[in-house]
Amino acid sequence: MKQKYVGAPVRKRDAMALVTGQPVYTADIAPAGCLVVKLLRSPHASAVIREIRADAARRAPGIACVLTWRDVPQSRFTTAGQTWPEPSPYDRLILDRRIRCAGDPVAIVAGETEAQVDAALRLIKVEYDVQTPLLDFTQALDNPILVHPEPDFRALCDVGADNKRNLCAQGVNAEGDVDAELAKCEVVIDQTYNTLANNQTMMETFRAFAQLDAFGRLVVTSSTQVPFHVRRILSNALELPKSRIRVVKPRIGGGFGAKQTAVCEVYPAIVALHTGRPAMIVYSRAESMTNGSPRHQMQIHIRLGADRDGTIRAIDLHTLSNAGAYGEHGPTTVGLSGHKSIPLYGSVQHFRFSWDVVYTNTMGAGAYRGYGATQGIYALETAVNELAAQLGIDPTVLREKNMVREGQRMPAYYGEMLQSCALDRCMARAKQMIGWDEKYPARTLPNGHIRSVGVAMAMQGSSISHVDVAGVRIMLGDEGYYTLMIGATDMGTGCDTILAQMAADCLDCPLERITVPGVDTDTSPYDCGSYASSTTYLTGMAVVKAAGELREKILGRGAELLEADSGECEFDGLRVTHLPSGRFVTLEDIGYDSFSGAHSCLVAETSCTSPTSPPPFMVGIAEIDLDPETGKVEMVDYAGAVDCGTVVNANLARVQTEGGIVQGIGMALTEQVQYTDKGMMMNNSLMQYKIPTRLDAGRIRVEFEPSCEPAGPFGAKSIGELVINTPAPAITNAIYNATGLQFRSLPVTSEQIAMGLMQKRG
Amino acid sequence: MKIEVTLNGRTCTDEIPDDLRLFDYLRQKGCASVKCGCETSNCGLCTVLLDGKPVLSCSVLAARASGHAVTTLEGVQERAAVFGAFLADQGAEQCGFCSPGLVMTVLAMEEELEHPTREEIQHYLAGNLCRCSGYQGQLRAIENYLNREVQA
Repeated sequence: MKQKYVGAPVRKRDAMALVTGQPVYTADIAPAGCLVVKLLRSPHASAVIREIRADAARRAPGIACVLTWRDVPQSRFTTAGQTWPEPSPYDRLILDRRIRCAGDPVAIVAGETEAQVDAALRLIKVEYDVQTPLLDFTQALDNPILVHPEPDFRALCDVGADNKRNLCAQGVNAEGDVDAELAKCEVVIDQTYNTLANNQTMMETFRAFAQLDAFGRLVVTSSTQVPFHVRRILSNALELPKSRIRVVKPRIGGGFGAKQTAVCEVYPAIVALHTGRPAMIVYSRAESMTNGSPRHQMQIHIRLGADRDGTIRAIDLHTLSNAGAYGEHGPTTVGLSGHKSIPLYGSVQHFRFSWDVVYTNTMGAGAYRGYGATQGIYALETAVNELAAQLGIDPTVLREKNMVREGQRMPAYYGEMLQSCALDRCMARAKQMIGWDEKYPARTLPNGHIRSVGVAMAMQGSSISHVDVAGVRIMLGDEGYYTLMIGATDMGTGCDTILAQMAADCLDCPLERITVPGVDTDTSPYDCGSYASSTTYLTGMAVVKAAGELREKILGRGAELLEADSGECEFDGLRVTHLPSGRFVTLEDIGYDSFSGAHSCLVAETSCTSPTSPPPFMVGIAEIDLDPETGKVEMVDYAGAVDCGTVVNANLARVQTEGGIVQGIGMALTEQVQYTDKGMMMNNSLMQYKIPTRLDAGRIRVEFEPSCEPAGPFGAKSIGELVINTPAPAITNAIYNATGLQFRSLPVTSEQIAMGLMQKRG
Repeated sequence: MKIEVTLNGRTCTDEIPDDLRLFDYLRQKGCASVKCGCETSNCGLCTVLLDGKPVLSCSVLAARASGHAVTTLEGVQERAAVFGAFLADQGAEQCGFCSPGLVMTVLAMEEELEHPTREEIQHYLAGNLCRCSGYQGQLRAIENYLNREVQA
């Protein structure tokens, strides 16, 4: 197979439409006359609705529909976009009499105009029986306040959920004898690390519209990463057969995992069913902030044991994760905090990873790029940097001594063998890019500022092994063009393009000959969706397989048309040639033939699942400028060296990496979700929740150190999530190297640094 | 109230509510490129040109545009495609949702600043948020775009 497109920095197929502002996003294509759907939200974090009076709202001008808890189905469901049976407990209703977090919906209102809906929302009178909220997740387990006292709480999978103990999930995984090994270690780092919730802050907030088609079926167009899961979630929530629901995905304005949860789809859907009219909901930025699906807040306790020479021998890691009010992705994100951090250290033969995921009356968490690995890697990498400091060893040297290597078995990674790994080369490259040996640990500039560097390693997976399913269908058209049908969802990442690149190389055709339509659950092959770093690896694998099958079919049909033995024929992408005679038939003719007479279409369809989840790796080194007077940290330079296997599209992989690093910088320094003592989230705007602007990002440089993953398509692994994992620990390390202050909570703010330095000075 | 706006070179006379934001007016007029990303004038997605100067259409009343010229991406398609191609060549548009606001601001910057330095570019565009790209690819695209004649 020739590699013409795989590896090339080709443009995204939809790029010019996006940069010229074409109407391709959900709200741009909604039918005229869509009802405006809005939610009345609870101001209380914990309450029971004693009485709700909506009569006046229902009579208000322009109002088509007002629904309260009495008007919705009573089947509990989860909005987590996961393969059935979902690990996330079925713990929510569309509208519930019990309020579990501030902003929980109390009523759904639909009307002709936004002003009319706003007016009607003010006419709804709610009497709440306000209760004391449970806000501190470290006090949640076995607290007398129960977040989910309901008898119909249900966990489909054995994840250790127990609603009578505020437990969303609990478990332990271990190998060797970690306690005995730690007792033998000469040095043990025993520390606790804290991360907050983080908001994905994709530029397009949650939105969807719903309508009934000519057959009375419910059609939902949504900005989602998981169309097929949305179909099932709507089916569960609305008690409607899946066959009555169709979900369509247009272009998406960013997801980062937020849209792996069906945050908003059910509201316009139920309105469309009640009114028979098209209905659309568009979340405000504030709603996306307070009632979206942010990263899980975690508290991670680590005991890291090593010898004085720096050999790391044992890791004991416990994660306490805050599910918030609902359990979306709670049981699964926590798993990555250990399974995708501990295996970075191949020297560790004794480990224990245990976890508790608890319910509280804070906003329900969900999936955010990195999915628990980000928190776990922050904690473990910071612990390793603490070990390096205690032993007086350069933290890059300590890692070179202990890092996982190709060919090793990874006990904490489901026992998988590591088939491809260039982590060692990534370390060497990143050190060289930043000039580590000259810059470590720090130097003081003439203006009194301190320039320092800090390091971290990271890994992720490529798809969920044995669980994720990627479907692909490729069909030859009558002009010799191909339609590549996928169920994976391009959310701006460019998967429609990179999968077309793979298909074009497999079929030896120009990229322009591959059309990739958007996802439609009525016509696209089943795919669990775009999450868990699965698309390049798993859907790519399915593309390679399906394209191979289609090649065989094209060859066979060509041989038939030539009345020749297919064994004597060759397909070169343009024509099937009978080699002995030189006679040939063109791809166009074969395509045309397949559309005529009683011939069947030439189509190949396949599904893939992977028994392994090959990890991509990365080393990130931050260089910062720290003002000891104010504590202000400015990003100077960030060097990222990435092993994502074969780089399918260098441009898109680079931009993914740069974007992930900047999100990680925000997590490290400024993104700080805070609550009032009543449980209201305070940072509900872009003014208060500070994501990095272009002035905060500094310079970022990315280079690739590809390994070749034997299981991956063209040797590729994943990249999307990996790249957010190094900044928080690397920047924390740089701050330590500048100041000697060891911070163990995120974000590390200027105020904390300034206060710490003041205390240190005495 | 009645307003008369020159929208992308075409005169539009419309009866509007007094409190209608320019953003909502433009969307109603079919300018789908104009996006909204926040309620606090922080994101820059809704940037359009009012008499050639970039403004946040979420923070301007439609009434204020009466008697003035408003330009959206729909009105500068050719220039947008020229700069947009540089973005596309970096893969820096990513999800594309912030692209219209960015493109409008870059086109305004091109008119306003002569040979801007990298720092001037970053400051001029500081109000245009992007969550996908990490800004680096955008900067490469902008510098390549501004240097296109030199390179050609």
